[in-house]
Parts: sequence; C-alpha cells; structure tokens
Amino acid sequence: MKTTKFYPIHQKLNAKIVDFAGFKMPIQYSSIIEEHKTVRSNVGVFDVSHMGEIIIKGDNALDFVQYVTTNDAAVLTNGRVQYSLMCYEDGGIVDDLLVYRINQNEYMFVVNAANKDKDYDWLLRNNKYDVEIRDESDEYSLLAVQGPNSKAVLQIICDRELNLEYYHFFYARIAGIDTLISRTGYTGELGYEIYFKGDEEVALKIWESIFEAGSEYNIKPVGLGARDTLRLEMGYCLYGNDIDKSTNPLEASLGWVVKLKKNNFIGKEALLQIKENGLKRKLIPILSQEKAFPRHGYEITANGNIIGKVTSGTVSPIIEKAIALGYVDIDYATEGTKVNFLIRGKEIPATVTKLPFIKN
Amino acid sequence: MNVPAELHYTKDHEWIKVEGNMGIIGITDYAQSELGDIVFVDINPNIKEVKMSESFGTIEAVKTVSELYAPVDGKVIEINPKLQDEPQVVNSDPYGEGWLIKIEITNPDQVNQLLDAEAYKNQIA
Repeated sequence: MKTTKFYPIHQKLNAKIVDFAGFKMPIQYSSIIEEHKTVRSNVGVFDVSHMGEIIIKGDNALDFVQYVTTNDAAVLTNGRVQYSLMCYEDGGIVDDLLVYRINQNEYMFVVNAANKDKDYDWLLRNNKYDVEIRDESDEYSLLAVQGPNSKAVLQIICDRELNLEYYHFFYARIAGIDTLISRTGYTGELGYEIYFKGDEEVALKIWESIFEAGSEYNIKPVGLGARDTLRLEMGYCLYGNDIDKSTNPLEASLGWVVKLKKNNFIGKEALLQIKENGLKRKLIPILSQEKAFPRHGYEITANGNIIGKVTSGTVSPIIEKAIALGYVDIDYATEGTKVNFLIRGKEIPATVTKLPFIKN
Repeated sequence: MNVPAELHYTKDHEWIKVEGNMGIIGITDYAQSELGDIVFVDINPNIKEVKMSESFGTIEAVKTVSELYAPVDGKVIEINPKLQDEPQVVNSDPYGEGWLIKIEITNPDQVNQLLDAEAYKNQIA
C-alpha cells in the first residue's frame, strides 16, 4: 500500500484512513458533513496526491494529445487546462482527465489514481507520434484548496498575484517552494490545485504554510468522503461509478468534451456511429424528497418496470435530500420525469432533475 | 473505542443493556465511528417485536447504509423519539441518548449467547 507525502500529517490529525486506489488516504478528519459545509461556505484543504501525473513531451505532442483525447486540445494556449476523456476504439471510456498545456511541446495529463497504470500503458501502446511519455506521479504531491475563501488564504502565501481565471494555471512559490497552481477542482466552488515535488519535509512546509495563512478563516482539512459528496452535489462524474469502459461519453452527458469534428482520434468512428443511432440510455440527476437514500447499484423503476440503475447516490449535506446519478432508458431521461428508487424492495418516489443539485 | 463493561454485544456491533426483563438496544461506539455521519434511522414505527439476529431496521450514514440486528427476541416497547429529528445523537452518544429501541426480553437465555465487553473488544481490535 502506498502513502502520500502527507501521510504523517493525516496520522497526527487522527484522520480515518481507508485504502483507496492502492493508497492509504484520509476519508474524514472530523465529520463528512462538517468538512463538506466548510468547503461550501469557507475553505478546506484536500490531499489528492494519489492522482496521477503523466508528462507528454516532443515535437508531435499536440498531435498525440489530439489522437488520444476526445476534446480539442488545439484550442489550449500555454497556461490553460482542459477537461477531457480518453476513449477506447468502441467509444468506452478509458479515463477522464485534465490536460495542462505547459508549452507547445509539453503537456501534463492528470488522471485518476485507480486508472493511472492502465492509462500509462494505454498511452505507451498508442504512441504512434513518437513522443516521450513519463509517469511522474510518484514525484508529485497535490493539494486542492477549495471554497469561497480559498483565494484570500492562498494570496497571503503565494508570491504572485492570484489572478488566475477558471481552468488556467501558472508557476509560483509558496513558502519558498516551486509550485504549479491551477484554478481547478472537483467541488464546484472557487478553488485551486497546487502541484509540487519534494519529500515529506517539503510537503509539511506547504501544508503548515497554508494552515497558518488559513487560521483566521478557520481552514480545515477535508477527506475523500466529503470530496465525493461535494462532486456529487455538482453532478460531476466519478470514474468507476458513473463512467467506465462500458459507458460512452455521449450517454454520460459528456458530449461537450467530445469534439466529433476534430481529426481522427481513438473512438471517433464508434462515437459518430453511436450518435447517428441515437442514445438508448442517459446518465441523469435524480432527486427525492423521501428519507431513504439511493446508493451505487440500486435499481430505478417507473410504471412497474426497471428502467435503470443508480451509479452514485447519497444524501446532500446542503439540501439534505436524497440525490443520485444514474443511467435510465432514454424515454425517462427528461427533466421532470417521475421515477422511483428501488430501496430494499420499496419504491421510493423521485424526480429527474437538473444540475447542480444544490440549486434545486 | 469505548466498550462499556456492563453491556452485552453482538458481532454485528449492537449492544443491549439488560435490566430485569427489559432491554435497551443501540449500536456501539465502533459502529457509529465506522458509519460516520448518521443522517437517518429507519425503524418501522409500528414494529411490535424483534427476533434475535434478524433485521429490525436500517441506519443511513452519508457514505453507507447498514442493517440493524436484534441481539435477542423481544417485544418492542419504545423507539427512541429523538432519532426522528436528531439522528446524529447516535454518533455523539451511542450508549446514552443515542439508544435505538427498548424491548421486553422474551427469551432471557439468549443473553448468554452474546459477547461480553472483553470478547467484543477482541473482535474489533
């Protein structure tokens, strides 16, 4: 089992530790609900160093990125980030990722921890543009600082004016340490992600610097439990739950990051075909007023038939209602449609709604 | 983890406090800690009796849901009224204000089949 450079800190803070994607990670420090609310109303810090960083380098870097991802990386300029996908030939999803354009010959892919080795192999196997592909995941640490007060806190310790726009990044120093800071996150709040290299001592220095700057805001550490409820309130997909190799981006409502007009990319033919044939099912947000909570794998019914399955579900700490993402037959996918969660043999009324859940 | 010596335990992390032929049932400190934030305790308000090792309801936390198993047979006398509006009391005080149901024990011999505090401590160690 691997640990991140922050593991000694998590232990000291008495975090509840779970095995996640081969790492010992903090799932919560105090309470998921409390940590969740901290991010929505104030500022919280996540150790997400388990994420994978893969560097793509070479004269043909852009051609390669265009070939292996579905979004149009040609629109990126230096210092910009893009949400994208990698697909198989049949349109199934290899992973979702962030693509950072360092310069015209260098890109960084930030991928899911659980998929990192698979992704790296996939990239090596499809390297027909002769680029250099390096897995630097073990070298990078990554902290996400998220919440309405994240900018105020980081500005205190960042040596540059933190004037980043959404999905932009730059290089700056925090506590004298070189970092890459991007205005990205998985929470729906104003937030930043800080990448840096170095040992546990360097990690401790950055952590302490952030918490010292955040002390007047009552900044808190946040675990993977709240990371999951925060992303689900926004309706962001989680690989392994909502998307995987058996789902395609179009039915997952991720068509906005699939540029079918782009030149050849892996999965393009299949996705064109899927689009032409029409979708059979769709990933949709579902809300229930009842005090029974949908979970991954529960069935969805309508008119006495099973019409789909929940892929992610929980109780929203903000609206205090049952929220879920799930695939349903296309006939039931429009907003306002009445469906049911099948929970321990009982049909619990619910409604197809719109995202984000917290605006409902 | 807090494991009071005077209680009896199931391997499924319920406790029962026996007072004469009455029993008070709850979940252990270990169970509430593993579940995390409890948001709903679902026990049928019309429940009349419970059976040893059979489910008498469910407990919902943010991350997960868990069945509640009766330690022994009994007639249900009361469901903790606090659970409806303050389910988090199970997190904050699992052996006190966070109790779940009170029963009249109908088969007292079953109590001897339960774990004592020492045995339960070993199980969760």
